[in-house]
Amino acid sequence: MNMIKKLGLPRIIIILFFLSLWVTAGVLKLYLPDYLTDSMIRIGMNLILVLAMVPAIRSGIGLNFALPIGIICGILGGVLAIEFKVVGFEGTALVGLGGFLFALSIAVPLAVVFGWLYGILLNKIKGSEMLVSTYVGFSIVSLFCIAWIILPFTSDEMRWPIGKGLRTVVSLESTFGEFLNKLWAIDLGKVSSSFRGLIIPTALLIFIAFVCLIYLFFSKTRIGIAMKTVGDNPKFATAIGLNVNGYRILGTILSTVLGAVGMVVYAQSFGYLQLYQAPLMMAFPAVAAILIGGATAKKATITHVVIGTILFQGLMTISLPVASTFFLEVAEFDGGNMSEVFRMIVQNGIILYALAQGGGSND
Amino acid sequence: MQNEYVLQMKNIQKEYYGNKVLKGVNINIKPGEIHAIVGENGAGKSTLMNILFGMRVIHDTGGFEGQVFIDGNEVNAKTSEEVMNLGVGMVHQEFMLISDFTIAENIKLNREITTPNIISKTIGGSSLEFLNRKQMNKEARAALDVLGMNISEETKVAILPIGHKQFVEIAREVDKLGIKLLVFDEPTAVLTESEADNLLAAMKNLAAKGIGILFITHRLDEVKAITDNITVLRDGEHIETVPTTDVSVEQIASLMIGREVSISQNVNMLSESEINALPTILTVEDLHVAMPGEEVKGVNLEVKKGEILGLAGLAGHGKIGVANGLFGLYKASGSVTYKGEPLDISDTKNILKKGIAFVSEDRKGVGLLLDGSIEENIMITSMQVKKNFINSFFLINTSHVRKHALEMIDLLDIRCTGPKQPTRRLSGGNQQKVCLARALTQEPELLFVSEPTRGIDIGAKKLVLDYLTKLAKEDGVTVIVTSSELAELRSVCDRIAIIAEGRLEGVLLPSAADVDFGLMMSGEYHKHKRREA
Repeated sequence: MNMIKKLGLPRIIIILFFLSLWVTAGVLKLYLPDYLTDSMIRIGMNLILVLAMVPAIRSGIGLNFALPIGIICGILGGVLAIEFKVVGFEGTALVGLGGFLFALSIAVPLAVVFGWLYGILLNKIKGSEMLVSTYVGFSIVSLFCIAWIILPFTSDEMRWPIGKGLRTVVSLESTFGEFLNKLWAIDLGKVSSSFRGLIIPTALLIFIAFVCLIYLFFSKTRIGIAMKTVGDNPKFATAIGLNVNGYRILGTILSTVLGAVGMVVYAQSFGYLQLYQAPLMMAFPAVAAILIGGATAKKATITHVVIGTILFQGLMTISLPVASTFFLEVAEFDGGNMSEVFRMIVQNGIILYALAQGGGSND
Repeated sequence: MQNEYVLQMKNIQKEYYGNKVLKGVNINIKPGEIHAIVGENGAGKSTLMNILFGMRVIHDTGGFEGQVFIDGNEVNAKTSEEVMNLGVGMVHQEFMLISDFTIAENIKLNREITTPNIISKTIGGSSLEFLNRKQMNKEARAALDVLGMNISEETKVAILPIGHKQFVEIAREVDKLGIKLLVFDEPTAVLTESEADNLLAAMKNLAAKGIGILFITHRLDEVKAITDNITVLRDGEHIETVPTTDVSVEQIASLMIGREVSISQNVNMLSESEINALPTILTVEDLHVAMPGEEVKGVNLEVKKGEILGLAGLAGHGKIGVANGLFGLYKASGSVTYKGEPLDISDTKNILKKGIAFVSEDRKGVGLLLDGSIEENIMITSMQVKKNFINSFFLINTSHVRKHALEMIDLLDIRCTGPKQPTRRLSGGNQQKVCLARALTQEPELLFVSEPTRGIDIGAKKLVLDYLTKLAKEDGVTVIVTSSELAELRSVCDRIAIIAEGRLEGVLLPSAADVDFGLMMSGEYHKHKRREA
């Protein structure tokens, strides 16, 4: 009973759903090692975007629906890496490291500036941060739809062959595509044939663990504790001499920076940069993942991030093949789209639930 | 025979969670009588009114003992509507008026006079009927006339001065059919002197028409001026009911205040000459603080090093605002000198750095991180301001935090399951000790403590007060205690400054007479002395 209370009913339903899908996959004799590899990569590529929610929640601005701001910074980093053909360490195992670091070195300072400006905006609209951030996220995406057309990029890899502007999807193959996925990857298929296809993306997992550790370190410093205090009780924070608005801006900057870093990692895993409308809805899976992990609009930890990302992405990976196979075999119709329907129900349902809880109860 | 009184309350007793707040109160009001209830904050006046009006908070906390008779019939009301239907009206401190409506509309609010029309006849029911403005205005006019108010009933309430709004509120009660008793709860608190005089005249007018009036106020001269009888409450006890003509303002004041002190007296209290010999640590000049509900309108204060200074006064008169303003929590102005240097009272962090600490009166809102653990709460100010509890890797030094928290738990006898327990789960007294522990961890030289004993049990009260005394007398910390409990201040402080209506009314030694405290708290000390002279 205590366990149920601690986890909360929606989380239990999702865990059961998650387990039942993987069990069904086994029963339907789907080849699991492939999906496990897929899951690991998806967890790796999404985790930092989910982590970006934590500083926003901790500093009291709530779920950062304006994550597209950071994402756009990440995309700019990637696009510029292609434009200047930065690859680095060609011919070695570290091929792509240069491009990856170059993209980060562009994305992070941009994210600091954008996050700072956005933080100032958030301080002016205290109390309705989540509503405003949703629209700020949408607006910045639209703004950059124009930018992708008018910015003077010259690389033929990215431009439309005729007309102006960048393509909707740009390949990262020549720069840092799948750089982390492939670096130091361990193919367990070579160990035993029953694991054929099970590849552990070592560098990717190390990188996300590294980013999480840095954040953990930060949260235990004086500044990190001050930021959490501001989020927990602004009045209290004022009374102990903390600059509430300053720490809220700090939280916003950190969230935006993590969004940018997360986007660069996401893009390298995916192998492509998606421009124009693609970032529009990218905040929502991240928000849903951290909520599934047990966070509320007021409380979030690294544990919530890890559990939430594993559950949400694991669920997404397995639901498509299970649904299509299941419907094909049992109901005899093509149920491929059903997984997308599931995704929407789970993702938006959990967001709705968490927000309807009014930020969740802690007692 | 019973009809001799419009209101009789017999032997009313009430307990809140084992804490007796009313200990046998009797009130008898005849038609046409103006009866005052006076007492300090917490004397039981509002509880008594809540009982009369059958408010939910009474029933939710186990009801009350005793009997209430209205017009001779015993009443056991569950809602205030029941009581109002019996002809009892209430004039509130805060106005319940709709500013875009006219006076007449406000007076007739929810009791509108209507005429049927074709739609309401077809559909049935009265909710779609037209307003009969002519009749409404006429009746509103009559009610206004009773009060001697000659402003047009069709004026919008929005443009009225505060004094007139109060009259509209009263007119609404007067307009109700068969009104027998009117309760005025601090009606003059928001009024200017001339508006108050008008109101008092109107009250006399109403009484002359046979309506009983129950008048709750702090202003003793008003009580003396218009009432017939006075009931004095103190700590829930019915001290005395006397005809107004038999007592002087001084006598009422000392009846209100005088009581046996239950907390051990500070034996090392300084004498006046000893206090004067001490060096000054803090000088406050012309302090104004815009704290809603506790506005400070120009306080001058000199605090001596090592003394315990009490700040007393009635609720709403600004005593709470002084510490909050000096700490930069509300917009404040004025010049403050601390240890001979000017102090910027808008920069909270700098104030904390200079060794000044503050225990807020709003324990749950400002004083605690409710979801944080005891140890987090205790260390946080010191960590943020003095960079304590940080190890050489810039990380929080958890073992040091733990050790210090355990020491504080031991020192202040904080009853808890351990230093990791969230403060939300602690009782009020233990929460207060955590707040105090946080301030002490800063090792302050000057400590502001607001309402240190509000809502905590007697054991914790004693511990907190004893500790404050120890801090001042043994460790040389200057302590400024703001409290609504005058008796407590008189037992621990060296001097007590009394704030009335946002200003410093005067500074008294704890040994001063009850009369002086009573007069100062109602802001009439100087007025009265002038009159005597």
